[in-house]
Amino acid sequence: MPDVQTLVNELLFKLKKRKIEGSHATARQTAILLRLVISQQRIPYTHQAAALIDAVKAVGEQLVAANPVELAVGNIVRRVLHIIREEDLSLSTVAMVGLNVSAVSDDEGDTDQDDHPVLSAAAVAAASRNTLRPPSLQTLLEDLPDSAAVPHTSSSGDDSEGKSKSADKSSRSRRLKHDVIEAVNELIEDISTSHEQIAEQAVEHIHQNEVILTLGSSRTVLEFLCAAKEKKRSFRVFVAEGAPRYQGHLLAKELVARGLQTTLIADSAVFAMISRVNMVIVGAHAVMANGGVIAPVGLNMVALAAQRHAVPFVVLAGSHKLCPLYPHNPEVLLNELRSPSELLDFGEFSDCMDFGSGMGSPLLHVVNPTFDYVPPKLVSLFITDTGGHNPSYVYRLIADYYSTDDLVLQRKPAPVN
Amino acid sequence: MAPKRIRARAVSDDPEDLARVPLQAVLLADSFTTRFRPITLERPKVLLPLVNLPMIEYTLAWLESAGVEEVFVFCCAHAKQVMSYLENSQWKSLPKFSVTTIESHNSISAGDALRLIYERNVIHGDFVLISGDTLSNMSLTRALQEHKERKKKDSNAIMTMVVQRSKPSPITQQSRLGTDGLFMAIDPTTKQLLYYEENTNHSKGTLSIDKMLLVDNTSITLHNDIQDCYIDICSLEVLSLFTDNFDYQHLRRHFVKGLLIDDIMGYKIFTHEIHSSYAARVDNYRGYDTISKDIIQRWTYPLVPDVLSLGNSATKLERQGMYRSSEIGQSRSAQIGPHTVIGTGTTIGSNTKITNSVVGKGCTIGSNAVIEGSYVWDNVIIEDECELRHAIVCDGVVMKSRSVLKPGVVLSFKVVIGQNFVVPPYSKVSLLKQPTKQDSDEELEYADNNSDTLDSATGTMDKLNGDPLLEFSEMEHHVSSELGYGGVGYIWSLCEGSHEEEWRHSVAPIPAEKLAEITQVIEDDLELVSQDSNAPASSGELKPDTQINAEDDAVYFEKEVEATFLRAVNENVEVDHVILEVNSLRLSYNMQAADCAGAIFHSMMKLALDAPHSMQNELLRNVHNTVNAWQKLLKSYLPGKDEEIEVILKFEEICLESVKELSPLFTQILHLLYDKDIITEEAIEDWESEKKDADEADRVFVKQAEIFLQWLREAPEEDDEEDGE
Repeated sequence: MPDVQTLVNELLFKLKKRKIEGSHATARQTAILLRLVISQQRIPYTHQAAALIDAVKAVGEQLVAANPVELAVGNIVRRVLHIIREEDLSLSTVAMVGLNVSAVSDDEGDTDQDDHPVLSAAAVAAASRNTLRPPSLQTLLEDLPDSAAVPHTSSSGDDSEGKSKSADKSSRSRRLKHDVIEAVNELIEDISTSHEQIAEQAVEHIHQNEVILTLGSSRTVLEFLCAAKEKKRSFRVFVAEGAPRYQGHLLAKELVARGLQTTLIADSAVFAMISRVNMVIVGAHAVMANGGVIAPVGLNMVALAAQRHAVPFVVLAGSHKLCPLYPHNPEVLLNELRSPSELLDFGEFSDCMDFGSGMGSPLLHVVNPTFDYVPPKLVSLFITDTGGHNPSYVYRLIADYYSTDDLVLQRKPAPVN
Repeated sequence: MAPKRIRARAVSDDPEDLARVPLQAVLLADSFTTRFRPITLERPKVLLPLVNLPMIEYTLAWLESAGVEEVFVFCCAHAKQVMSYLENSQWKSLPKFSVTTIESHNSISAGDALRLIYERNVIHGDFVLISGDTLSNMSLTRALQEHKERKKKDSNAIMTMVVQRSKPSPITQQSRLGTDGLFMAIDPTTKQLLYYEENTNHSKGTLSIDKMLLVDNTSITLHNDIQDCYIDICSLEVLSLFTDNFDYQHLRRHFVKGLLIDDIMGYKIFTHEIHSSYAARVDNYRGYDTISKDIIQRWTYPLVPDVLSLGNSATKLERQGMYRSSEIGQSRSAQIGPHTVIGTGTTIGSNTKITNSVVGKGCTIGSNAVIEGSYVWDNVIIEDECELRHAIVCDGVVMKSRSVLKPGVVLSFKVVIGQNFVVPPYSKVSLLKQPTKQDSDEELEYADNNSDTLDSATGTMDKLNGDPLLEFSEMEHHVSSELGYGGVGYIWSLCEGSHEEEWRHSVAPIPAEKLAEITQVIEDDLELVSQDSNAPASSGELKPDTQINAEDDAVYFEKEVEATFLRAVNENVEVDHVILEVNSLRLSYNMQAADCAGAIFHSMMKLALDAPHSMQNELLRNVHNTVNAWQKLLKSYLPGKDEEIEVILKFEEICLESVKELSPLFTQILHLLYDKDIITEEAIEDWESEKKDADEADRVFVKQAEIFLQWLREAPEEDDEEDGE
């Protein structure tokens, strides 16, 4: 346990100090850490899934708080929670087949009240809340596993039947943990291979002699373009430099190194060049539940230019970037304001910021936001590791990856603490 | 801590060359100055909050992120407070980052501190030397690498100083951090620091550099727009140097200047300029104000409030650079302006206006108050209708209703300001009496003696709401009404008679009148200077009072021309080249062609005279030869009659004044010049006619040349005759 705690602290510290750059690395590290948390977590005989969920949530909450801007952390925490729920569900359905259903339903009520009256009350409340919700496909699907999961975990703690099933229980708890870790491993694998998965689809989207425009630098975009190149597609790339961090310069360098015909343009020249462009392909920081994109600054402008000239605006995003939240949530709309020194040289402008004279208040403000929000109507297509999707379809993807409970529960413990 | 240290040393000693030595840092948790008094009497400077976080927090955060693994925190004044703070901080629990405190009670300077650290033998390689009031977000890798490479090439490169460009104000001559203007001479190619001068004398405006500096270095750049960041990458030698030179106290004034001027063992200091990152040291109240604003403007990213905020008190950045913690009680009608930071648990009453300020944790601010450009620390109570402008208010201060703080006021811990009381500008108020004698040794002792009692005082800060009132009742009898009815504290008199210093270094912006005053003084100075210096610059012939200068110039010019000419003779320079050289001299001295001719003629005569001769005849022959050889040069400066006359006049002058030997030969030489077509007949005639009205003395040579002149007058007739034939 202690070494897990130090590792958690380490990642927390890194996140806090903004030492991890990019959602890909963040997602990977979060997943690896959560895997460790799960494997180190002692599992009680009862409520195994709940114990795991609590442990993951406790760590996840800290991680999210450490860098609320990096949405990938929250995404991975929710994904892991979802995995636990799914695995528990599949185990319990397997167990359910072997069990006498009627006996279980009898015992259920007593054990719950005896052992954990508070928890059962909460469960009842949650259930009632579920019923109060407007009936949607989501809740209908999610209701089933919930009600199925509760009786089974509790039933395994029953004393009367305990002895005979204890061996089975311990094996089951081990199996749950094992299965969850297995699934998390898959998730980590998915994250690490997301670039390749997306890049595989490149030939379907990039055609001969096309002109592709991109802004800034994204590893996904780089791999995507290179994959098309490897498949003997000849096309040209316009790279907007992506002020003020000018990562487009790096991308241009990389592209040229791989033998792609590249043109570097200023961000402000995007509108002038867009009429010659066949397709805009960009990376994203996060994809929201409504299909909106949080992307490096400047992309909204590119998207608007693309719309004006009816150029397809394609966003590449690994599934770890899919965020189940909506952008009207103020917490999500947090932008990271970085240092003004990326815009101007401190020494050159130091005399503009001499507070000794004048009113004592700075006359020069430099604002350097990191992200733009691109509304879903400007996005033509998302390419994720599972294929191309319409912005209006994003909510379905999210339903595949996340449990609705986790979205809501993420914020619940905060006021309690 | 001790065994751990020993182990670390043992590990790194043996494979010193190969193994990676963990990067170490020495953090001086004491500034060894008195700039922040009276606040620093009760709390060490490094624990003073800078935008609601102790300064040392920024320094440690930077060291950690820059890859430093071992930090030795040197505590001196209020050592216990610093140590207990660190003990409870997050830094003690981090892996790969060890913070070790070194306590000392008798160190009175940075020099002492470094000597003690050397004695402890804890530093094993290059280390970062920084004081606990410095904050930065620079990356050390480049600077470290440069330092190591230099060290490899030249073992005398023992220190790399981090500097940053920052223009000082043209009016006050101080940097934006309130430090005095700094002059540095840096070798532009090697970045070696050659000269370092903290210009303490504002009025002087001059700077003297050892001329050897210019001799020894092929190129040198002199900067006054560079700011010293007080971040140094030092080699081990620095520590031993401090030990060897036990009189070194101040890092810059003694150590750096000592190395540069005394040239000890040829040790060198280099600079590393940072461009896109930020580094600054809180040296005085103005620096405190400026750096706070830089933090709020996010120059120090990621060391900004919303990222650094500790634990539960999450601070959020809102529009217009407004940082608000969670759990603030803010009245609906309160106006919180841009660039303001509000700490956790603070309540703000209705219609209160807060702009450009930092308010700490747990403050209670009444209604209709105005807080502008001020720094209010934790647990301060500001009652209704108070006014704070550009003030610093420390923990636990109580401001009774309608009291006013004028710009530049500093209220130390737990001071109580009475109702309706107006604290005059730039005053410093403390519960402690001002120490009477200000000696650096004494003052530190004083601080130490007090530290224990004050520790307990600050320890009970939590239950503060009752505390000040309690003290207030205790002290009511002692303190009269120095701070109004119900006020507690002493107003420190402005010591050292330097009221001027106060506005320079306070948090308040420099008042407009002061600026106007200084500008006026500067302008006056400039006028004075221009009156002195403009005159020789425009050495017009028209100005009678510059006659002397013009004459001086003529003498210099003559000498220069002579030197050029002699060189030409000795080195067989071609005539064309000599002409070019003399022309350039003529232009630089602003002379006429006639002057050149005179000067050249003068040098020719000198040359002829210098050649060995015993008889008048030989001398004449010498002159003959010289004129033969250089007539082309002379002729090129004789475009017209006037110049020729000038030559004759010059010749006269030479004969009269400098070279008496030539005077008997005057006529012969004149004839020679005539023969060579250097001087025309008309010129000679004009010269004669010019001299007609002159004194007898001036006419000596005319008389001497009488025969020649006579012959000249006849000659044309001969010519005519010849023509006729």
